[in-house]
Amino acid sequence: MPLISLMINGQERAAEVPANRLLVDFLREDLEMTGTHVGCDTSQCGACVVHMDGKAVKACAIFAVEAVGQEVQTIEGEADADGNLSALQQAFKDQHALQCGFCTPGMVMSAADLLAQNPKPTEHDIRTHLEGNLCRCTGYHNIINAILVASGQDPTVPA
Amino acid sequence: MYEFDIFLPTSVDDAVEKAGEDQQFLAGGQTLIPTLKQRLAMPEALVSLSKVAELRGICRGDDGALCIGAMTTHANVAQQSDFPALAELADGIGDPAVRNRGTIGGSLANNDPAACYPAAVLGTAATVVTNTRRIAADDFFTGLFETALEEGELITEVQFPIPDSAVYAKFVQPASRFAIVGVFIARFGTDVRVAITGAGENGVFRWAEAENALADRFQSDALEGVGLGDVDILSDIHAAEDYRRHLVTVMTKRAINRLCSQ
Repeated sequence: MPLISLMINGQERAAEVPANRLLVDFLREDLEMTGTHVGCDTSQCGACVVHMDGKAVKACAIFAVEAVGQEVQTIEGEADADGNLSALQQAFKDQHALQCGFCTPGMVMSAADLLAQNPKPTEHDIRTHLEGNLCRCTGYHNIINAILVASGQDPTVPA
Repeated sequence: MYEFDIFLPTSVDDAVEKAGEDQQFLAGGQTLIPTLKQRLAMPEALVSLSKVAELRGICRGDDGALCIGAMTTHANVAQQSDFPALAELADGIGDPAVRNRGTIGGSLANNDPAACYPAAVLGTAATVVTNTRRIAADDFFTGLFETALEEGELITEVQFPIPDSAVYAKFVQPASRFAIVGVFIARFGTDVRVAITGAGENGVFRWAEAENALADRFQSDALEGVGLGDVDILSDIHAAEDYRRHLVTVMTKRAINRLCSQ
């Protein structure tokens, strides 16, 4: 089995895995980084979104070996080393933007991707950017409010 | 998934050399990887193109054509400004994470009957360039998930002549964001090309009757009484045949109206 070594949240992590290991399984099973979730495993739901070289991608539709040489950022890298939440995570908490919490890692990573490109998104921008992230609790309103608040705007969607 | 090896070549030559029998090229993987998970494909090895830098990028050719490398992502195509209708089409594929990974070459090689890119390629008479030859759009799409590509032949680039004006109108399937019907219209001088995706049982097709009617008079009412000829129309859980047939005319009229109001 090949030894695959990736840069994840700024640290080099390696494991011997079969060639056809998916990135999401490499994270969860081999490195025990279970923050990234598997919802549908058919690249529809977005629970597995991580960043590769700063861009949001679905970790269930990429082989780990294809991420060699690229910077992978996961939900575990959002809070700082002391465990202080990022502004985006804090906004999710303050706005009650999670119910069961299953979709949250993907929602936060997609939202971070949006805010990196567009620091003051409108409600429409947010809804459009979250097209590939499904919340099975249908708690979208508070998620949108959290992203508005994280970008310094007022929460405008009725809860 | 079945077990298989993954090769990671760094050049087109190396990729083509690696591609033997029972091996498959892997582009962005947004269709192939879900297919592998369902065990609908059983390659001995995948030849991943993700590290072949020469397959990525967008430039203008000597003849003015927009040349897009096969491994250029939908997100990158959406960012170019030389061909706005193509940018808009790319920006409507899948969702942002899929667009950061999915590629134009992968989409064309797969030739899904509901994919968006085939409509733009056929609608502009683009040229599909491979490692061995140049294939005209009219010869490239040969049927449902079928193309003119030979075993081991690799798309390297797509060359789009830029039309005087163009538009893509898609009636979207809201879960997958594929086209139930998508219409690409391009005008080159007095010539009009109309390519329809999502509707044909054999994949993307040109609507010749509409092209003729619109070349005479480019107005949506020019389509009154213009039929689809003998094209076989898809029927599935998303839309029945008669509904899709109706939708082709509706979406073509909407596309014309958008172009006329620009």
